[in-house]
Amino acid sequence: MENLLEIKNLKTYFYSENGVVPAVDGVSITIKKGETLGIVGESGSGKSVTALTAMRLTPGKVVEGSINFNGKDLLTLSDEAMRKIRGKEIAMIFQEPMTSLNPVFTIGNQIAEALKTHMNFTKTKANERAIELLELVGIPRPERIVKEYPHQLSGGMRQRVMIAMAMACNPSLLIADEPTTALDVTIQAQILDLMRDLKKEHNTSILMITHDLGVVAETCDRVCVMYGGKVVEESDVHEIFNNPKHPYTQGLLKSIPSLIDSEEETRLYSIEGNVPIPGTLRGGCHFAPRCEFAMNICHTEVPSYKEVATGHFSRCWLHEVEDEEVQNEANIS
Amino acid sequence: MEISEKVISQNQNVTTTYEPRSPWQMMIKRFKKNKRAMIGLYITVLFIIVAILAPWISPYDPYAYNMKALLQPPSLSHPFGTDQFGRDVLSRIIHGSRISLMIGMVGVGISILVGVSLGTIAGYFGGIIDSIIMRIMDILLAFPGFLLALAIISILGPNMLNVMIAIGIFSIPVFARIMRSSVISVKYKEFIEATKSLGGSHFFIIMKHVIPNCIAPIIVLSTMRIATAILTAAGLSFLGLGAQPPSPEWGAMLNEGREYIRSATHLSTVPGLIIMLVVLGFNMLGDGLRDALDPQMKI
Repeated sequence: MENLLEIKNLKTYFYSENGVVPAVDGVSITIKKGETLGIVGESGSGKSVTALTAMRLTPGKVVEGSINFNGKDLLTLSDEAMRKIRGKEIAMIFQEPMTSLNPVFTIGNQIAEALKTHMNFTKTKANERAIELLELVGIPRPERIVKEYPHQLSGGMRQRVMIAMAMACNPSLLIADEPTTALDVTIQAQILDLMRDLKKEHNTSILMITHDLGVVAETCDRVCVMYGGKVVEESDVHEIFNNPKHPYTQGLLKSIPSLIDSEEETRLYSIEGNVPIPGTLRGGCHFAPRCEFAMNICHTEVPSYKEVATGHFSRCWLHEVEDEEVQNEANIS
Repeated sequence: MEISEKVISQNQNVTTTYEPRSPWQMMIKRFKKNKRAMIGLYITVLFIIVAILAPWISPYDPYAYNMKALLQPPSLSHPFGTDQFGRDVLSRIIHGSRISLMIGMVGVGISILVGVSLGTIAGYFGGIIDSIIMRIMDILLAFPGFLLALAIISILGPNMLNVMIAIGIFSIPVFARIMRSSVISVKYKEFIEATKSLGGSHFFIIMKHVIPNCIAPIIVLSTMRIATAILTAAGLSFLGLGAQPPSPEWGAMLNEGREYIRSATHLSTVPGLIIMLVVLGFNMLGDGLRDALDPQMKI
């Protein structure tokens, strides 16, 4: 499959009065056409900033790297050209459906906005298409809802409206920044189903940003785990859940409450310590201070990003040690 | 079974009587419940109607001298009496409402135009532009309003147009500040970011998303500022810096009546009371609008 989005060695830094904060520190990800890539990480791991940088909406500064979308380098495009891509080719869904809609305009008016900007639709045609889109995202009585105001809809309905807005111009890439965080579990499932159906129908690629591993298991084809502004592990979704390589991923998976183990373990596993505040990170592996397998080298040098199995990459010194052991054994025999 | 049918029929009732309501419709509903606000609205509307219909409803020519009826107290033929040249005070008050309305509208119009644009630019773009604009506004705001208007008039010369310009300038910083803070509170809302992610330009975002969400405090403030403008204009005319005789401006009438305060009290009290009534009306309207537009805000 062809690559749709290729982010190479991206570094987005924030310059504040207290110094430089490397929010995204050398991230490389690729999304193929029709694929769903999940980015998982705790708050402050740089996942949202990566997505916003891809849209060129980040308040931070891109220090290094390239973003290639459909053969265009997004970082060198003019503002005007970038605006034409936003909404038309790359669209975004946000975390907070309650505040993502303008309270003073009707739903129809807001969906029609993108159609009028990018497709030069007339008012009546845009309104018809808005009704179609609302129907597509499974909103009942769409002719009525287009005339309503955001405060008259529930959170789940607003998120559907947001998805309708994002899908208005059939974008080839949809960035979903924690689309289900603010919704309750049954609505979450409905929204995820909806996104999966839309993806199948329109062959849209999705970049799913989340901290919910359940969402990842449900929707993604491949997963990137981010920690402290770096991708620490990347692989196929099955591989991540069955055979996680990086200690951080292992910790994340262990901290999911399980119904089966509950008799043996009374306390839920948690990773020691807190998420590092970006900007306070020192050299070495960023996860080292919290890692139960940390060695001396972990605190001083950054491990390389290694392919541990086909299509499965991980950034940890343990892999180097394992390799050495394997080599030693081979030498002895 | 019966119960569920009942519930369904009730639900249908709800959906059929339920109409989409815009924030404006809800605001009007709240406004109508507020008695004080409605009184303010009636006073204001009456004032505006009188101003528009002045030439047709005034019983006498406001400039016509009548040497047979000098300084007459209120009577049936002259409800508000006559002045030292025998001019009918009621007719002069009616014609004066046009001047006051025009000063209020044009003056506040200038402030809205300049103040809102400056405030929007400062709030939306921030940084150095914001600092420069707001420091200039701070300088303007450091002068007491009336003193600033006096200074501007003394530079430009005393006439009606300059009074409007002076009043316009002295309200600019107030509008700019209010607008800037509303814009800042709106620009970080997620729907602005959502619009950016859909490819909206800065101009489009400002016009369609930022300004409509900031308009409520501006409406309230402009109503209140019309009252201030009328009061300031009357004050300037009273000092002889605004409308010049024989213009029937209320402040100027007050000043002319001052000399006869012992013999013909109505000459100064009537314009004074009218000024008070109109200013009160606008202030009550403004208060009511504020309560209706933002039920959470309590001052």
